[in-house]
Amino acid sequence: MNALNRKDLLDIKSLSPEEILLICDTAKYFKDVFTRDVKTVPVLRGKTVCTLFYEPSTRTRLSFELAAKMLSANTINVPVTTSSVVKGESLIDTVRTLEAMKADYIVMRHAASLAPHFLSKNIDGSVINGGDGFHAHPTQALLDTYSIIEKRGTLKGLHIGIIGDIKHSRVARSDLLAFKKLGAKVTLCGPSTLLPDEFEQYGVDMTYDFDELLPDLDVVNMLRIQRERQQGSLFPSIREYNLLYCLTEERFAKCKSDVIIMHPGPMNRGIEIDDAIADHPNSIINEQVTNGVAVRMAVFYLLAGGTPFKDEENQEA
Amino acid sequence: MRIVIKNGRVIDPASGTDDRLDVVLSGGRVEAIDRNIKTSAEDEIIDAEGSLVLPGLIDMHVHFREPGREDVETILGGSMVAAKSGFTSVCTMPNTTPVIDNQALVRFIIMEAAKGPINVFPAANITKGGKGAEISEMGELIKGGAVAFTDDGMPVTSSITMRRALEYSRMFGAPILSHAEDKSLADEGLMNEGLNSIRLGLKGIPREAEEVMIARDILLARLTKGKVHFCHVSSEGSVEIIRRGKNDKINVTCETAPHYFSLTDDEVEELMSMAKMNPPLRTENDRRGIIEGLRDGTIDVIATDHAPHSPNEKMQEMEYAPFGIIGLETSVPLIITELVRKNNFSYLQAFAKVTCNPAGILNLDRGVLKSGGHADITIVNPERKIKVDEQFLMSKCKNTPFTGRELFGSIEYTICNGKIVYRRG
Repeated sequence: MNALNRKDLLDIKSLSPEEILLICDTAKYFKDVFTRDVKTVPVLRGKTVCTLFYEPSTRTRLSFELAAKMLSANTINVPVTTSSVVKGESLIDTVRTLEAMKADYIVMRHAASLAPHFLSKNIDGSVINGGDGFHAHPTQALLDTYSIIEKRGTLKGLHIGIIGDIKHSRVARSDLLAFKKLGAKVTLCGPSTLLPDEFEQYGVDMTYDFDELLPDLDVVNMLRIQRERQQGSLFPSIREYNLLYCLTEERFAKCKSDVIIMHPGPMNRGIEIDDAIADHPNSIINEQVTNGVAVRMAVFYLLAGGTPFKDEENQEA
Repeated sequence: MRIVIKNGRVIDPASGTDDRLDVVLSGGRVEAIDRNIKTSAEDEIIDAEGSLVLPGLIDMHVHFREPGREDVETILGGSMVAAKSGFTSVCTMPNTTPVIDNQALVRFIIMEAAKGPINVFPAANITKGGKGAEISEMGELIKGGAVAFTDDGMPVTSSITMRRALEYSRMFGAPILSHAEDKSLADEGLMNEGLNSIRLGLKGIPREAEEVMIARDILLARLTKGKVHFCHVSSEGSVEIIRRGKNDKINVTCETAPHYFSLTDDEVEELMSMAKMNPPLRTENDRRGIIEGLRDGTIDVIATDHAPHSPNEKMQEMEYAPFGIIGLETSVPLIITELVRKNNFSYLQAFAKVTCNPAGILNLDRGVLKSGGHADITIVNPERKIKVDEQFLMSKCKNTPFTGRELFGSIEYTICNGKIVYRRG
């Protein structure tokens, strides 16, 4: 098989710490590739990558598409809306059609949790999870991990806070698994309605008090708050959410001077993060986007059977 | 012609009989139950050596999908699956299309069932159209042959409607079968709310969505002296509340389904839509609570909630797949494997849940083995293993989480009204 020894990338749970580090090491190489002038390498020449997004997304789909193109793959994008699924063709039939057209890799985003897992059991091709429901977003967690390693060399001993709507966040679930696997201390923070006690099963710390947590953090990972959660009475108003959980300049002043500010995007500026902080030198939010392409190139490369690059400087302790 | 069942171990939970006896059937009735019955050349003799001879089993909660979804299952097809599974009587749920809220439809079910091998007793809707507002014409429905009332699949949300239904049904002695679920609290969840739902990112249904409605309906039964029976109880808390209701001498009974004493929500990640049912599979603690409820008699009945769905409907993202699994064919094997073998239930204790207990709740003259009674008999070999696979499953729909399992308990014969309707091939 390939260096990852799997046909699909479905979640972080199934990756070992060594595999996560292998992907990050490989991503470093590809970041060098695509930040130079001639950006393509022939790793996926003659292969077809299909992005199948059942949920609107710009950055993730573009990132996958760009990564595939830079590896010389043919790319097709199938935009689908949930409504056309409900009245139309089943997921399995849609994907079998793509397989019949010899798509080698299916990158799927889906609003239903476990949809990529269901798909992978029923097709032969390679499935890469671009985010499923509230469940998992493995490439986001890998790029977040890579981004932190790039800044700090390691996750060991770092205290990482994930702040916001934990309950409905696939990013939070995948991030905390990846961060824990690489030895970080993780604290989840958000309002009690969005931070269920059951998250204790991951061996993370939990708090409702953002102000108390902030001074201790090495990394602050802010999540996007979905405005529609307010209608479900999960918090009383955007105003109150902002009051309790927005990363403001005032709060930022309490942080360690070398704190890393992250956000998976798209941001609600002024709701969960202030403009000044989003654009602050400590923020690596744009760097995350760049790293996303490199990490997805690494994922394609390794799933395609690429061998690890030997690089003396690239050893992660 | 007489049928003589020789050398079997006769288990009759109603009378507490557990003995090696012969049973003689004649003219659709049980003629005699005794030792060493003399046979004649004309008798059909069944050698039941090594098997249990039980009253014909009763499943008081099945969905046969007719009228409306004959592509999925029919009354005749479902009856044949029931016969193969050892059941001689079933109670069909009325959430068909259209729903069973008038006498013509009750008669339609009974007419269709007459073509089949077993007894079908229809439940009719509590409310007109199953809409939860006005109570249905219960008197006429009973005259047509309905044995119980339920809006199964949809709870009766309005407390005053449930009060009236319990009050009105009292005069017919028919039970209200309550599908206990607070829909707003269930909040379109897909599986049990807990560690697994959080891990899998699937919307959870708290057990309290079931328990608050059980508590409400017990209080309404106390208020009205009506007869309430809870369908498919799945949580330890529900068992506790019902236990208290029984201690308070309120007229309450309940059922659980084999999957609730066999599986937990740990199965969902692997089985996905095959482990999606309502109420959902709960935790090990709940599973233990259900077993203890069965043991101490708080849970009166085991019913399957047999719910066929087409492969296309189930082969979807878990969120879009319908709730429900088939249950008839695995019911007896799970009772024997999980309750008798793993949890030391006696046969009398275990099989009371599918014979005299449901008969008592539905006022049926069935579920007992007695001289002069209906010749409904199920013969089960508890030592013979079955494997749940394509070949074993006769049901048109194969939506079961038990595929691949080897279980103890094979149906050898099913006899209904004196006729052999199933014989293991």
